[in-house]
Amino acid sequence: MIGHLSHLKRLEAESIHIMREVAAEFSRPVMLYSIGKDSSVMLRLAQKAFYPAKPPFPLLHIDTTYKFREMTDFRDRICAELGFKLIVHKPREAKEQGVNPFRFGTQKCCALLKTKSLLDALAEGAFEAAIGGARRDEEKSRAKERVYSFRDVHGQWDPKNQRPEPWNLFNGRVDKGESIRVFPLSNWTELDIWEYIALEKIPVVPLYFAQEREMLVRGEHLIPFFADVPLLPGERPQPVLSRYRSLGCRFCTGAVRSTATTVPEIVQELKDVRWSERQNRIIDLDQEGSMELKKREGYF
Amino acid sequence: METELLRFTTAGSVDDGKSTLIGRLLHDSNAVYEDQLDSVRKVSRDGIDLALLTDGLRAEREQGITIDVAYRYFSTPRRKFIIADTPGHEEYTRNMATGASTADLALVLLDARKGVLTQTRRHACIAWLLGIRHIVFVINKMDAVGYSQEVFDNICGDLGSLSRRLEGCTFHYIPVSALAGDNVVRSSSNMPWFRGCNLLEYLETVQIEDTASIPDFRLPVQYVIRNGGDFRAYAGQIAAGSVREGDEVMILPSRQITRVRTICALDENLKLAHAPMSVALCLDGQFDVSRGCMLASPLRPPEVADHVRATLIWMGEEPLRLRHPYLVKHTSQRVCAQVSQIDSVLDVDMLAEHPAASLRMNEIGTVQLETHLPLFFDAYKKSRGTGSFVLIDPITNRTVAAGMLSGVAQTIPSAIDKPLQSGVTVWFTGLSSAGKSTISQSVYERLWAMGYKVEHLDGDVVRRHLSKDLGFTQEDRNENVRRIGFVADLLAKNGVVVLVSMISPYRAIRDELRSKIESFIEVYVNAPLAVCEQRDVKGLYSKARAGLLPRFTGVSDPYEPPLHSEIECRTDRETLAESVAKVIEYLEAHFQAPSHPGILGREQAADVAAVAAGEMER
Repeated sequence: MIGHLSHLKRLEAESIHIMREVAAEFSRPVMLYSIGKDSSVMLRLAQKAFYPAKPPFPLLHIDTTYKFREMTDFRDRICAELGFKLIVHKPREAKEQGVNPFRFGTQKCCALLKTKSLLDALAEGAFEAAIGGARRDEEKSRAKERVYSFRDVHGQWDPKNQRPEPWNLFNGRVDKGESIRVFPLSNWTELDIWEYIALEKIPVVPLYFAQEREMLVRGEHLIPFFADVPLLPGERPQPVLSRYRSLGCRFCTGAVRSTATTVPEIVQELKDVRWSERQNRIIDLDQEGSMELKKREGYF
Repeated sequence: METELLRFTTAGSVDDGKSTLIGRLLHDSNAVYEDQLDSVRKVSRDGIDLALLTDGLRAEREQGITIDVAYRYFSTPRRKFIIADTPGHEEYTRNMATGASTADLALVLLDARKGVLTQTRRHACIAWLLGIRHIVFVINKMDAVGYSQEVFDNICGDLGSLSRRLEGCTFHYIPVSALAGDNVVRSSSNMPWFRGCNLLEYLETVQIEDTASIPDFRLPVQYVIRNGGDFRAYAGQIAAGSVREGDEVMILPSRQITRVRTICALDENLKLAHAPMSVALCLDGQFDVSRGCMLASPLRPPEVADHVRATLIWMGEEPLRLRHPYLVKHTSQRVCAQVSQIDSVLDVDMLAEHPAASLRMNEIGTVQLETHLPLFFDAYKKSRGTGSFVLIDPITNRTVAAGMLSGVAQTIPSAIDKPLQSGVTVWFTGLSSAGKSTISQSVYERLWAMGYKVEHLDGDVVRRHLSKDLGFTQEDRNENVRRIGFVADLLAKNGVVVLVSMISPYRAIRDELRSKIESFIEVYVNAPLAVCEQRDVKGLYSKARAGLLPRFTGVSDPYEPPLHSEIECRTDRETLAESVAKVIEYLEAHFQAPSHPGILGREQAADVAAVAAGEMER
């Protein structure tokens, strides 16, 4: 038997296969780009899949306008360096109505700024296939997600009506208005992502690395301090040595105490950690099964 | 970082404690985070219900069942594991098949109190069918039988007969208690009589040799990378074998042979690539290679066939329909196909095969499949990647079956495939330019539209192929007629209406055919020589008159008209429609109409058109 592939190389081969399948079978695919570590891995995989050409699909960023400054800076720099086509979609209507998590609650804010915005952007571009960086290990309802996730004309997911997906044979046939969400990183875990970032020396947003940051300390949670975050009575920001484990909107992304300033240190930290990455996502804590409900409405 | 990957699937009946086992495996190998445990603790009735770690969907928690295949991940310093967790209730076949399709090993759970159930047999059998060659029988709930060695030994004994029937498979037996944690991640002090390793130790150390992958190179072309100019790289995931720079490869379907110039990769200087890597190859020379083609070892290429045998696991709500159009997705190819025959359905409980008229959801059967373009494949047992396919319903877009190819189909019809209609040979004879081909082509189209299996043998076309070696002497002409008569008779015996259009000028040989062929109808396509000569569709009469074509029928060789033809078409007096109607009416009056719309013949019609410009009959 010639050759032996490490688990990371196997995952890489599988993801590249999925991306090429999308490029070959759909006339209008798009790749969702969220700037986070998973998206960074996706960019590298897309680069490899179509090398020496550029990926035959644009990137789409749903910019809720509540993203960290470091994230948008990183996005613009990386896309320019790679020469990838980038579409940035901002939720005009919801912003005009002043949607924010403090007045509307995190669920509604998320539904309007992310889910609706995403559906609008996909409809505007008439995209039939949207590649996303979701992983099955992230959350329980994601564990049952297909690699090709069929969505009806409203972009909704029906867990009881999924297409069987044996081997690596994906069925991408859709009628007008229907679409497929594609998850090339389905079988990757958070640790795989960081080990691959280390192996491939992939650039990531500096927010992932520990440094002293101004935080509001609320029990277990570290809430990043910005001028527009409403303070509790008597509350003051304090410098905390911390990093972000997953990145979303700055109001809804908590930091974790950490001393990891390099990728290998992050890999080591993950091997010891006892808390999941979504623990710092404030939205998923709202209710048991909230991710499943959001996905049914059209979220990734 | 060089950890190995092991993919395994789990199966067990409802209440065998499968979710608890997986929960235990994840929990005890520290793959569960505190906040995940917290959310489970909140909904557990007492203590912590490990099964809830894996029940992902609300409906599942409400009904206490698992609906769909779920994927779980954990790792130890030695190995990384992907679990395909499949539910045990009635829809298990399709889910189990999906889970098993990518797995190297299967855990089959049993309840020690219940012993070997029908479902145990089914689970092991499905895993084996999907190509899994390592099955671990996990005898759970040992705590409920007092950790009894006798119970364990009896169950292992009962499983013996089953395991002997699943050829090429290795079996392993472990007594555990998922609830108490015995022999899952930690070896149990409650069962000192058990000398084997615990489940996790076994999963970490079992040697998985790639049994389902031949060493011969196979690269289904998925995508063609262009980058300006003549640059082409053929991208895909290597399904089997390996390839080096400079290796010869065969391109399918064209069977051209060329060399690999480079293996094209970002930041890497790859000289060798092997399965299951995703690669892009640049070839020496310019070839027409696109998605759906395959690059393969020229010494041991795959099978190429459009009529294949396969095992189907039916997953659609609607049962399988014979001769119904489906789409096959096989490697990177998507082609139209139909199931022409169901050989048998598998009784998974008894491991026996029975005849069947259809396949319903969760049934497994062996079938014959006809595809509109040839597939390049290997038997599934030799290569999962090039031996597997799915069937898609082109109307609903649903995936209705998973399929495993076993070989090229026998072309001899079996007893089940009784002709749907009685066959007949319709022999059009007459002078050149009398209108034989025109009438028979129209009759062909009418019969085809009516659903008959029909074939057209045109004298001009046959002269280019079957009778290429023959000239125009009387013996050669007679030999030509005999050959065509033989082919027509074979087809007619298989229920085909065969239309033969050829001059066949000699009466004696036509009468010889009539005596040999069971259903023989002679159609005399009659027009006076002067009319035919005036038409001279192919310009042959003028050549013959100029002496350029010796032995030309009607000019320099005789034509002997039939004395007792069943039908006569006077093409100088009738319209084409009238002539065609005569033939159709005769056939309808004397032969059984098809009970099914037939589908054979369409491609052949195209063939006839394609070679129409061949050597002409005289």
